[in-house]
Amino acid sequence: MKKAAQTLKRRMHGVMFRFPGMITCNEFEDFILAYLEDELPPARKRVFELHLRVCRSCRLYLAAYKRTLAAAKATRKDYDELEASVPEDLIAAILAAKDS
Amino acid sequence: MIEPHSRSDTVSDLDFEEIVRGNTAWMVAVAQRILKDRSLSEDAVQVAFSKIYRSLDGFEGRSNLRTWMHRFVVNEALMLLRKQKRVNERPIDPLLPEFDRNGCRVDDPFTLPITSEDHLHSRQVRDIMKEKIEELPDPYRIVLVLRDIEEMSTIEVAEALGLSEANVKVRLHRARAALKKLLEPMMRGGAL
Repeated sequence: MKKAAQTLKRRMHGVMFRFPGMITCNEFEDFILAYLEDELPPARKRVFELHLRVCRSCRLYLAAYKRTLAAAKATRKDYDELEASVPEDLIAAILAAKDS
Repeated sequence: MIEPHSRSDTVSDLDFEEIVRGNTAWMVAVAQRILKDRSLSEDAVQVAFSKIYRSLDGFEGRSNLRTWMHRFVVNEALMLLRKQKRVNERPIDPLLPEFDRNGCRVDDPFTLPITSEDHLHSRQVRDIMKEKIEELPDPYRIVLVLRDIEEMSTIEVAEALGLSEANVKVRLHRARAALKKLLEPMMRGGAL
């Protein structure tokens, strides 16, 4: 039943997304990177944001995409934790090899 | 940290040792993200430092020393990666979002649990992230690592990998989308 309801909802969305000034979820997907980097021209940005308002699936998708990105960027913190873990023999090897 | 600013600066062995001690840790971390192997990463850093030593007189201070050295270690790690036979080239398509014939998203949507920024920086989440990033096919993983984690620009990544900027953008978006898919069970379960 849930699956049938989702299919019907998608069909209705499919009709709505063909209206002028609207884009499909597939087209929305293609614009995500440029939107997040603020590289979309104003008209396209309006269309993107309109889709975002009317499509819950894409809103949830974009939220998870952003969380993924933030978590990936957070892995940079390892730099700080690795500071103390460089073995002395590596330092010695680097210094010995510098003239090679 | 010693930061020479012009060609006239000379770098003594003592200064170089200070540079090595102050920068080896993060350089190993950069190489390890690319190579996924500690021993190979140390090799990459060693070769990078030997090239850095020979090039230090040419360092003109237009960028800071760390940014300048970053390029050396990235290039050496990429060079070693290209020589590796065990390249992860699993197809990315199964990890990308699906759409029906009307262009509508067919993935099962889910609401993200509310978590704090601190949670994303926790050891547990970073371990999950590292594991999942390493599962990405290498041609996509490398772009994500260089662009999102190493914070190189699209142009810099394109130059380092010999790709067009458009291709870097396509790969970056697919890498992020695929990583999101790999993380979905954790996100649905509230672990991320």
